[in-house]
Amino acid sequence: MIGDITASSPASIPAYAVEGHGLVKTFGSFRAVDGIDIAVPAGTIYGVLGPNGAGKTTLLRTLLGIIDPDEGHRTLLGEAQPLRMASQVGYLPEERGLYPSMKAYEAVAFMGALRGLPLAEGRKRAKAMLDAHGMGAAMDKPIRQLSKGMAQTVQLFGTIVHGPRLIVLDEPFSGLDAINQEKLEALIRQQARDGVTILFSTHVIAHADRLCERIAIVAGGRIRFEGTPGDARDRLRSQVRLRTRTSDGAWRRALPADTMAEEGTWHFALPDEGIEPLLRALIDGQAGIESLSIERPGLHDAFVAIAGEAAARQMQGDGTQEVQP
Amino acid sequence: MMQLWRAAFVIARRDFTAVVLSRTFILFLLGPMLPILIGFAFGGLGDKISSTDLRPIVGVAMSAADAGALERAHDRLAQRMGDQSLPRLRTVPSAPAPRIQLARPDSEVVAILSGSLNRPVLTGKAEDLDKLQGDISLLSTAALTERTLKFVTVERQEVTTSLGAQAQARLLIGRVAQVVMFFLTILLAGMILSNLVEEKTNKIIEILAAAVPIDAIFLGKLMAMLAMSFVGIAFWGGTAFAIFLGLHGGGGPLPAPAVGWPLFLLLAVLYFAMAYTLLGSLFLGIGAQAATVREVQTLNMPITMAQMLIFFFASYAVDHMGSPAEVAACIFPFSSPFAMIARAAQDGAVWPHLVALVWQVSFVALIIRVGVLLFRRHVMQSGGSWWKRLFRPATR
Repeated sequence: MIGDITASSPASIPAYAVEGHGLVKTFGSFRAVDGIDIAVPAGTIYGVLGPNGAGKTTLLRTLLGIIDPDEGHRTLLGEAQPLRMASQVGYLPEERGLYPSMKAYEAVAFMGALRGLPLAEGRKRAKAMLDAHGMGAAMDKPIRQLSKGMAQTVQLFGTIVHGPRLIVLDEPFSGLDAINQEKLEALIRQQARDGVTILFSTHVIAHADRLCERIAIVAGGRIRFEGTPGDARDRLRSQVRLRTRTSDGAWRRALPADTMAEEGTWHFALPDEGIEPLLRALIDGQAGIESLSIERPGLHDAFVAIAGEAAARQMQGDGTQEVQP
Repeated sequence: MMQLWRAAFVIARRDFTAVVLSRTFILFLLGPMLPILIGFAFGGLGDKISSTDLRPIVGVAMSAADAGALERAHDRLAQRMGDQSLPRLRTVPSAPAPRIQLARPDSEVVAILSGSLNRPVLTGKAEDLDKLQGDISLLSTAALTERTLKFVTVERQEVTTSLGAQAQARLLIGRVAQVVMFFLTILLAGMILSNLVEEKTNKIIEILAAAVPIDAIFLGKLMAMLAMSFVGIAFWGGTAFAIFLGLHGGGGPLPAPAVGWPLFLLLAVLYFAMAYTLLGSLFLGIGAQAATVREVQTLNMPITMAQMLIFFFASYAVDHMGSPAEVAACIFPFSSPFAMIARAAQDGAVWPHLVALVWQVSFVALIIRVGVLLFRRHVMQSGGSWWKRLFRPATR
């Protein structure tokens, strides 16, 4: 998709592309990042998930060295001074920004030049990337004449034009239509296949579910979960849906206490002892099973449960309200 | 350090091309030509206005002999003192009385001289008499001594140099250099105030701050604006030089400043760059704190006033070489370039300029660093006590 643009050859590959320990960042009295420990394994696609105002952007900005933490320390590609690794890092901020009068290919080349790519090489790569992405006709146009989606694509190309080893994307899918979201997902996978570490934040779980090898769920400035998406799902019990011909009988006593009825269907969490005892009771009680399904919870359910639980705890605890700085 | 300069150069190149390749840059170049064109247009009109004779007319109501003697005395004195320094004379009838003549609506004279040369009587309003009485006394005296008055011939002894004249010429060169430098600085450095607003309003600052040290952003912007200033100065200077050559055809040799013309011109360029970057770095630091263009515009007025004060301080120092005030003006960073260029015109020592340039560069670095740290603290909301980071490397 992007031709011969691959990650710059690493001098040494640390086990973790990004590490943060005990990170704290406050804005006035508000603790946007509240003691976060994070480690992003090199070569993985890592998602930082969280509701709006959870502290995702502040965490990424702190890790990148745009802002300094009040407490804790971080390393980027093994370097404690993040800017020293600037030539090997690409960053797409949440709030997109480009010079409106700059031509599309110049904007890409400029962003590469900021990170050490010679301008002539940057221009060559920019033209190749825009051409390959079907934007050849737009490469000479100033940014102000491009659609929002095209401008975002230009900025994304500017993020990767220098062949970084680590790409940090803050809410990269926001503002993109479905087709461009699909293209972006493909681009992320392509970069990961080339050995690039991808760290991105999102509050749209479907993208993380499809892309991420590991995730961190952030809420209230703290990491509430860290692991694989499968681990997150496993934190919730599977849901059972049962439909019977009869609505009453001795078999009803076998249903778990938290069972809910909705339009002739029973819903309940899979009991710890499994489904077999219940099945036996239903058959013995002649409930007349019409359908029975066991659904494994999705990442979305896990996210809502974990983030919701954290929000509830926070509201009960100090009653503070989260705000985006 | 290399990373800092490389990044600064990338920023500078972007800013420089963005400004120089824009259509508005042509207006920027032509802007200073407007006052010159207007000057030419209104200068012609001004000449016409100034050629209109506004000298007061005094009516002479004396005998024909006295009036004739007065007229001749007027001509003789006008040759020596200039035509404009004496009132015009016009013969009027001796009757009716001067008071009555002056009361006429068609009267063109402001006062009437009657009586005789030995006892002249001047009639007019008190304020006119105050102005004319001395001149009329001089004219009458000259008329009375018509036969005996002789102008003494002064012998001429010419020399090639005069230290007094040289000092005057050098003082003038110093003053002119100061004024030119000040106007160029005030004209160009003010633009830096709003320089970071574009990055902030277009959210580009986030991309820049993630990729390069903020010191490099500040430095790059200063470099770009300085380069743009030099383009402007080269254009205006070239035009002015061409006009000068066209009008004077080379003329006589100009008096040389104390350090000589080549070094003086080099120092003028360096001191302009220093004055520009000193004020520019301050403006950049102040402007970077502003969130909107409106805030920047509000800041313009007090900053211009501060610039004026600095200029007055430096220009006072020109006349007082070696005085505590002049030394203070040379040491105070913001007035130092202006005071030092005046010193270059009047004093041939070169080493003070090397010291001054190092001193000024150090202050530019210090101001940029403080501006960057304040920017990180208040705009990027990063970092703790900014002064603790003052002398840390720019990479963080």
